[in-house]
Formats: sequence, C-alpha cells, structure tokens
Amino acid sequence: MSKIFKIFLCIGSFFFIFQACSKKPAGTKEKDASTFSTKEIQITPNVKMVSIKGGKYLPFYGDSSLVEVQDFLLDERPVTNAEFLDFVKKNPKWKRSNIKTLFADDTYLKNWQDDETLPKNADPEAPVTFVSWFAAKAFAKSAGKRLPTLDEWEYVAMADEESANARNKSEYSAHLINLYNEKLREKKKVQLSKPNYYGVYNMFDLVWEWTDDFNSIMTTADSRTGDFDDKGLFCASAATSAADVLNYASFMRYAFRSSLKANYTVENLGFRCAKDLQKNSK
Amino acid sequence: MKHLVTSFALALLTLQACKQNASDGSAGKTENAMEIKVSGETENQKAVNPPTVPAPIGDRAAKKVIVHLEATEEEGELADGVTYKFWTFNSTVPGSFIRIRVGDEVELHLKNASNSVMPHNIDLHAVNGPGGGAEATNVAPGKEAIFNFKALNPGLFVYHCAAAPVPLHIANGMYGLILVEPAGGLAKVDREYYIMQGEFYTKGKTDEKGLQEFDQDKGVDERPTYVVFNGKKNALMGANALQAKVGETVRIFVGNAGPNLVSSFHVIGEIFDKVYAEGGSKFNENVQTTVIPAGGAAMVEFKVEEPGEYVIVDHSIFRAFNKGAIGKLKVTGEKNPKVYHKVQ
Repeated sequence: MSKIFKIFLCIGSFFFIFQACSKKPAGTKEKDASTFSTKEIQITPNVKMVSIKGGKYLPFYGDSSLVEVQDFLLDERPVTNAEFLDFVKKNPKWKRSNIKTLFADDTYLKNWQDDETLPKNADPEAPVTFVSWFAAKAFAKSAGKRLPTLDEWEYVAMADEESANARNKSEYSAHLINLYNEKLREKKKVQLSKPNYYGVYNMFDLVWEWTDDFNSIMTTADSRTGDFDDKGLFCASAATSAADVLNYASFMRYAFRSSLKANYTVENLGFRCAKDLQKNSK
Repeated sequence: MKHLVTSFALALLTLQACKQNASDGSAGKTENAMEIKVSGETENQKAVNPPTVPAPIGDRAAKKVIVHLEATEEEGELADGVTYKFWTFNSTVPGSFIRIRVGDEVELHLKNASNSVMPHNIDLHAVNGPGGGAEATNVAPGKEAIFNFKALNPGLFVYHCAAAPVPLHIANGMYGLILVEPAGGLAKVDREYYIMQGEFYTKGKTDEKGLQEFDQDKGVDERPTYVVFNGKKNALMGANALQAKVGETVRIFVGNAGPNLVSSFHVIGEIFDKVYAEGGSKFNENVQTTVIPAGGAAMVEFKVEEPGEYVIVDHSIFRAFNKGAIGKLKVTGEKNPKVYHKVQ
C-alpha cells in the first residue's frame, strides 16, 4: 500500500516539477506585462505647484452657461526636456524605440539623438515637445499628478500679469496673436518670461499644451455650419458659439486642439501637470 | 418607348446646348458630371509659381489628379523694406494654381510644415461637400491630410484656409485659385496669367519699414494697410510685369481673396473682350471694369492691339495709388496707328 503511495507520490512530484518548469516562463511574462500596463515607476520632478482658486467662468465655447472650476494645483511651468528624460529612463516603455504606435505616432521624441539623449543643442530646461497625449498622461501619473482639464487650463489662461481675467482687455488677445505667430519658441528655457496673476509661467509663450480632454469641445475640424452646438469653430457659427469673437488667440488654441489626435506628437506641443487640491490638503 | 423619349429629349437638349454655345456666350455645361468616368493615367499635378499657370487641359478625358499642397508659415517681403509673416500654400501668395476639368477626381494632399505653429486646412470653393474640404483636412503641424473630391461644376474658384480664426488665415496669405475646365477645355488663347488680390493689415502704416505685425483692429474695421496683387506690393511691376505681343489674346485668371474688400478689376487702356463674371460659365462682352467679390474670381480675356505698358489696377483707385493694387502688362510689337495714334 505504502509502495503504491510512494510511486504515486513520485509520479506526482515529477508531474509537479514538470508543471512548474513549463509554467515558469509564462508566469514571469505575465507579471512583466501587467507591471508595464498599469504602473509607472514614480518620478519626482522638482516643480512648484501653484494653488489656483477656482470659480465660475464662461468657456470660450459652449452654450454660454458658466462652468465651475474647483480649486486645484497647477505646475508653475511646462514639463522640461530634463524631466521627461528622467521619466523615460525610469519607465523604459516610453522610450522612443519602445513606444507602441497606438500611444504615439512616428514623430515621438523625433528630435532626440537616441532613446536617452536630448536633441542636439537642446536646453534641458526647455519644454519637452514631440510627446503624445498618452505619454503626457503617463508622465503625470508617474509624478502622482494628472493633466489639467481644458476648463482648468483655460481658466488660468484668462489671466494676464495683473488680473485673473484679462479677457476684456483688447491688447490681451492682440498680444497673444503675435506671440503665437513666433516660431521656435519651444527652444527657450522655461520661466524666463514673467509669471501671470497666479504666479504661473509660460502659459502662452513657449508651447501649445495638452489638456486631459483636449478633444471634448470640437469633434469636427470645420464647422462654419449653422448648427452652433459646441463644434462651431469657424466663420459664421463662431459668432454664435464663441464667447468673444474677437478673441483670436483663443480661436487659435481651440483650432489647434481640434487638429490633434491622442497619439499625435508635434514640434511645438508640450504639457504641464495638475493635481486635485482637496485630496492632498486633507 | 421610355428610352425613345429620353433619347429624343437628350438629343434635343444637346442641340439646344450647341445653339446656346454659339449665341449666348455659355462656355458649355456638362450634364450630370457625377456620371463622368475617369480613365487613363493618374496625373500628379506639378506646382508652378504665380503668375504662371499649368498647361490647359485641352480635350482630354476626365481622370484622377493628385494635388500636393503644403501649408507654411514664413517671413517674406510685403513691400520694399517691409516684411511680414505670411501663411501660405506651397510657399507662394497666392498658392499654386490648380487646374483640372469637370469630372476629374482629385486626391488632395494637404501637408502642414512641421515647423508651423498653427493648424491649417483647405476650403476649396470648387468642392461639393461640407466645408469644401476644410472638415476633412484640418491638419496639425508636421501632419498630412488627404481627401478626395470629384469636380462637378466647371468654373474658376477660390480656395483658402478655413482654420479658426479664418479671417487671420486669409489675411496672412492662405489662398489660391482652382480652375475646373468644362469638357473640351477653354478656348485657346496665346497667354494665360494668374493674379490674386488680397489685403494685408499691419500695425505700421503703408510702407513703414521693418517686420510688420498683423493688426486685428484694422482687419475688423476693414481698413487694410495694403491691397496688393500676388501677395506683395510691386509683385507684377518692373521685371515681373506680365508680357504679351501685339496681336495676342491674353487671358487672366483673377481671384479676390479679400478678406474684406470687393475688387473693381480694370486694365488701363484695355477693354475686356470677354469677362466670365464671378468665374462662372457665361461671359459678358466689352467690359471696362469687372467686380470681383471677396472669395470670388473672374476670367478676363482681351486681345492686345497696341504696344505699350498697360496698368492693371483695382479701380477703387486709392488702393492702386496708395496701397499697392497695381501691376503691369507690357506689350511689345509694332505700332498700330489705326488703333491708337498721338497726333500732336
């Protein structure tokens, strides 16, 4: 009886080992994959976050009803080349040679010399560009933050150096139009220009910036159509759907956002991060 | 029986059309352009710089045509010593002249230069479809959009960028012309030229030197600093004047980009033998000055009988005198005293 038991055990253990052996490689693979897809290795970019007092504001596009923006924290400047380099070093799947086409198009970090070398002559303190929405989101997540919403971003963008809402100053938009028309601004260091009313730098003068819901407002790229749902970006319908038809600078930002897809990477498009205030100040 | 009736009706219609062609100055309509089949080799249309245009389509059959346009933002000369940040199609103002025939199927590639700051798109007035293509082509810097359209209506049409804010994209130079020739083509002429009028709104006064910024207030008030032909003061003057020889027939494809003003197009010392008003199929004859709306075009044709310099203007004449809406056509050849003769 014991003999039979022994044999059984023997066979059993063999079987067990066999099983274990064949399973092992598969098991590790699965584990790797799961860490890849869910967790970012933490980074701690050294950037001050400015506390923004929320409030009601009139979005540039919409049905002219006020939108409430909660208090939140916003990076005082865009994410820099140096910070993004640190991020990809710690999170290799976001390196240029590893990136999945689903998450970034073929110009992702295109100007970098290789996976871990910034572009030639690039200032490490200049904003990072050629990053997709997915990459920006992953960066923010690994920093324990998120991307600002469109409303949050535009809420802060109402400010000039002196006031929280400079929308009604005619020179505010006029100044931005010409600023936006300047090429290669993205090569400059962050925080060289003056901060706005909140103490936030570089809202306009360096790069366009991703927002979390960049494509929520306009789903079509041309909408001089009469229906002035919030897609009315152009000409005729602009007059009915935009809060201020003379605010050409805002039109430019919205037009830019509407030309994007989440995997796009563009030479003058970067991002900054935001964070909920309440959760952290408890 | 039904067939018989329709074919009879068709024959009658054709006869009618022929008659009309001869008598009332219609350039020939194409019935049901949608049904025209494309055949033959695909053409890759080469871009030529204004004021030149691609060769006439002649009597070729409808085919597939690929057109490449690139949106660029670049600093250039607006007047002597005056520079401006132009936004263009194919680096010229106006952009490349597109030449096709009715029934053609166009595959339009719109690339936006990677160093562009703005998104751009294209609205072709020759297109039947939402936004004239703008909806299908809104393209971020460094990206390319492709869309197809079938040319259903013959005529001379404006194209322009329609990205928001539209007035700025047009005011900065993003426009051009697309000619859709009728079946069989336009009548042969000796010379063809491409002129497009456009306004510029700058912070500084007319001819104030240096790099000039866009002035939004002047734009909204419709008070242009410059009204010019082909994107620049004196673009058609001096060595760049249009040329013709005595006895030749000249056809000018004239567009008006606006963005605000209506043009009173006139050639001093000439009478337009034919004007295809508004770029349409019918022509008027013996016209002195033709009105071209913003976002519209006209084809003018005339025979030059006498050598000399003919000044091309917007006859809203302050624009010609002070703001740049002036060009020249230089005609060489033998004098013709019967037509023009100074006695004393």
